[in-house]
Amino acid sequence: MSGRDKLLDWARTRPGESVQEAQERRLAKAWETPTGWRYWSAVNNTEVGLWYTVCAFLFFLFAGVLALIMRAQLAVPDNDLVTADQYNQLFTLHGSAMMFLFGVPSFEAFSILVLPQMLGARDLPFPRLSAFGFWCFLIGGVFVCGSIYFDAAPKGGWFMYPPLATEYQDGYGNDIWLLGLSFIEIASIAAAVELIVGALKTRPPGMRINLMPLYAWYVLVVAGMILFAFPPLIAGDLLFEMQRAFDWPFFDPDRGGDPLLWQHLFWIFGHPEVYIIFLPAIALVATMIPAFAQRPLVGYSWVVLAAVGTGFISFGLWVHHMYTTGLPNVSLGFFSAASVSVAIPTGVQLFCFIATMLVGRATGNVPMLWVSGAFAVFVLGGLTGVMVALAPFDFQAHDTYFVVAHLHYVLVGGVVFPILGAIHYFYPLVGGRSLSPRLGKIAFWLAFVGFNLAFWPMHISGLRGMPRRVFTYEPGMGLELLNLVSTIGAFTLATGLAVFLWDVIRPKGRQPVSARNPWNAGSLEWATKIPPPPWGARTIPAVSSRYPLWQQENFVADYDAGRFYLPDAEEVKRETIITTVIDARPIQCLRVPGPAWLTMIAAGFAGGFFILGTFELYALAITCGALATATILAWLWTGTAVEPEKEEKDIGLGVTVPLYASGPASVGWWAMFITMIGDMAAFAGIVFGYYFFWTVHPEFPPPGSRGPGWEWPTIALAILVLAWAVTMGAQKAIRGGRERLGIALLAACLVLGPVGVAALAAGPWLTGMDPTAHAYPATVWVLVLWTGIHLAIGFVAHAYCLARALAGRLTARRDIDIRNTTLYWHFMFATVLVTVATIGGFPLVS
Amino acid sequence: MEDRMEDRSDAARREEIPDELQARRETIFMIPAAPAIWAAHFLASYITAAIWCAKVAGRTGALDGARWLVAGYTGVALLAIAIVGIWGFRHHSYGDATVPHDFDTPADRHRFLGFSTLLLAALSFVAVLFVGMVVVFTETCR
Repeated sequence: MSGRDKLLDWARTRPGESVQEAQERRLAKAWETPTGWRYWSAVNNTEVGLWYTVCAFLFFLFAGVLALIMRAQLAVPDNDLVTADQYNQLFTLHGSAMMFLFGVPSFEAFSILVLPQMLGARDLPFPRLSAFGFWCFLIGGVFVCGSIYFDAAPKGGWFMYPPLATEYQDGYGNDIWLLGLSFIEIASIAAAVELIVGALKTRPPGMRINLMPLYAWYVLVVAGMILFAFPPLIAGDLLFEMQRAFDWPFFDPDRGGDPLLWQHLFWIFGHPEVYIIFLPAIALVATMIPAFAQRPLVGYSWVVLAAVGTGFISFGLWVHHMYTTGLPNVSLGFFSAASVSVAIPTGVQLFCFIATMLVGRATGNVPMLWVSGAFAVFVLGGLTGVMVALAPFDFQAHDTYFVVAHLHYVLVGGVVFPILGAIHYFYPLVGGRSLSPRLGKIAFWLAFVGFNLAFWPMHISGLRGMPRRVFTYEPGMGLELLNLVSTIGAFTLATGLAVFLWDVIRPKGRQPVSARNPWNAGSLEWATKIPPPPWGARTIPAVSSRYPLWQQENFVADYDAGRFYLPDAEEVKRETIITTVIDARPIQCLRVPGPAWLTMIAAGFAGGFFILGTFELYALAITCGALATATILAWLWTGTAVEPEKEEKDIGLGVTVPLYASGPASVGWWAMFITMIGDMAAFAGIVFGYYFFWTVHPEFPPPGSRGPGWEWPTIALAILVLAWAVTMGAQKAIRGGRERLGIALLAACLVLGPVGVAALAAGPWLTGMDPTAHAYPATVWVLVLWTGIHLAIGFVAHAYCLARALAGRLTARRDIDIRNTTLYWHFMFATVLVTVATIGGFPLVS
Repeated sequence: MEDRMEDRSDAARREEIPDELQARRETIFMIPAAPAIWAAHFLASYITAAIWCAKVAGRTGALDGARWLVAGYTGVALLAIAIVGIWGFRHHSYGDATVPHDFDTPADRHRFLGFSTLLLAALSFVAVLFVGMVVVFTETCR
């Protein structure tokens, strides 16, 4: 420390207070958790992550209770505990809640909670986005689950197949599913963007890509998968809701639609989804096993291979849910080949884990029990998975209880058991006290035995021909005993979970606080003191190994003494370090925002938009949508691209970095880029619909159909390309210091955008295309609608930049708003080009 | 743990940080390259067969041309993956260090990127072969 620094420290220190105490006082002040009712305005990852995790777990319990009701109904033949209609609601909500409200959110929740700790960061780059996602999740989840209390729950199964769900099920249930879950999917994508940017840009200095915790690798892969898997479902939901609400016949064969389009879009999402919830659980295993074995994980690169390989190949499996739909055998062959090859990377990671336990000194404890149980159950599920991956076997087993058994072995073994183990493992880090090893063992054995008792017999009842999703069965078919045993097993499993739940919630006031790093783990998250202080990392460490607590000498002492980066919060602001993607060199000191109500208000209005839309209260819904937009704009205006009081900051260890960054150096630019990749995936889903219809119809566009012609689309393309070019011109002008020219160009964009949209809509409008008449006009209109909505967002972005420039907040040195807007418009160029080429160009060549 | 710590510092001393690696801009995009080729091959094969059966041969027709096309895609994909794999192997075998490539040096980061690329290329190679084999055994659109 230089003499000047010592003097400064002395000046900031109160009488009788050491330098370290003074630093911790300022950190505590900056990261203070709001108290009283203001607690709910918190946005810090430790609060939001905890709420998110608890809510996901509550939805898990809710969906579990639904399953128990179903098992009670099926305990004996010809039972009448629930009606067929209630049973339909039960299994639909059970599957949907487990997948959308527990599986995916529990990963995101838990990652928001612990990823910053694992990376030694103080928070993720967009805490308010996490909070917004959480509130959306809570509102959407309560809306969807609450419907069952009004006998109005969705009942089309968790995959909502048309025509059943479009033609034969009236009432709001299926709309609740479509809109409620679309809303949650948007929250999921928001969290995925946050986590990708977090893993890439908030690693501690020195944590090169080859030293990154495996958990972060899995976060990257899974969040990337969410980005490509969820958007096609959102596209499908849009088509589906347009059919249900406005009678656009995408899935109606009488008017040129095709129910299989939905199956494709659903399963392009639905199969990766299985891996989206499985890989994070495996990531937890990869985090815990080195601590049990007391040595680094064997085959780090191999596990990276497994994560990335599974991430890719899992997208080539979707048709294995559609083997019995009559596709050509050659197509089934391709998907069967991919379904078998995905077993390779899955096997590789299991072998790495087993090898680590063999060469290390495996210690027996409760998390280890859960992990071992998970392996046993998951491997069995994986083996039946290879069986059903083979088309001829699947033809026999399709839609029977064999598949129910398979998927529960995979998901409970691959997801639920590791998560329960991880809750036991990480509990001291979050709650400050340990769970009981005795209760843990009882819970595990009840759950393990109960699970196998419940689901093993289903293999046999399935092979004996018991179909899925039937509310009862007749006696005398050899199914009575198997079902009774399954029911007994299900309640045993539930008893185990009840013991676990009691262990989690029982008062622990008299129990001593857990020891620091109770498992003697080597990874960064255990460096913190217990109970954890609100600021997360005491100091952002310099990392030079995969397991700093084991492999870096004097690490914890240096950490406690604040001898690394940012040990202080001199300006009493929340700060963390942004580093480069590959080598993690520090490039920015990021100020992250503190508590705010705006996120909750924005989520409330956005929820209103979706919920009121479900009940066809469109005027109110649109009002809510406008209010949500206004709230988000207020949030952007007050909380983003904040002008720092100085250009640079000394973050310690002789490193000085800027406080403001824009373009690819900034996290905002990365978030925009990643979001737009996901947006492109949704757009691809809609474009896929157009070409899918081309393959299923002898002629498409159908003979005699008019419009939209090539003329109007071409004019629209010309105007919108001009808008794109002018946007780039505005950026160039503003960055070059010619702000008045920039303002003029932005004003021109405000005219060009809407004129372009009008020209794009003119084609189908003037040729009288009626979207309810046939799937062709419906598809053209939905492409125009999609592009139009995106250009409307582009218009808002232009207007926002113009306002910022007029307010003097968008200048040559403070240009992040215009750079993100330009990036958005690059993607608009691609969207417009593809839309015009499809609706205007394709009919000319087909 | 103790002996491992000494290992690390020994090795870190041994390792001279090569200037050309320090300066070079590394890319993370070679890691997903091979599986991306797998994905492109998979989609191309699926789309070709789907369009062939829907538009050219009919639902009971012969696959003929589509089989040759898929065989061609497979050849190109395998070649491309092999090139990626060789690129990875060269990075992996830079200098004389062995796995697990967990030192805090530009050289080990360089080797790690290569090794991961190589492993993914191997997996993708097998996966492409699996998909390509389908047209060996399937003759019609049925």
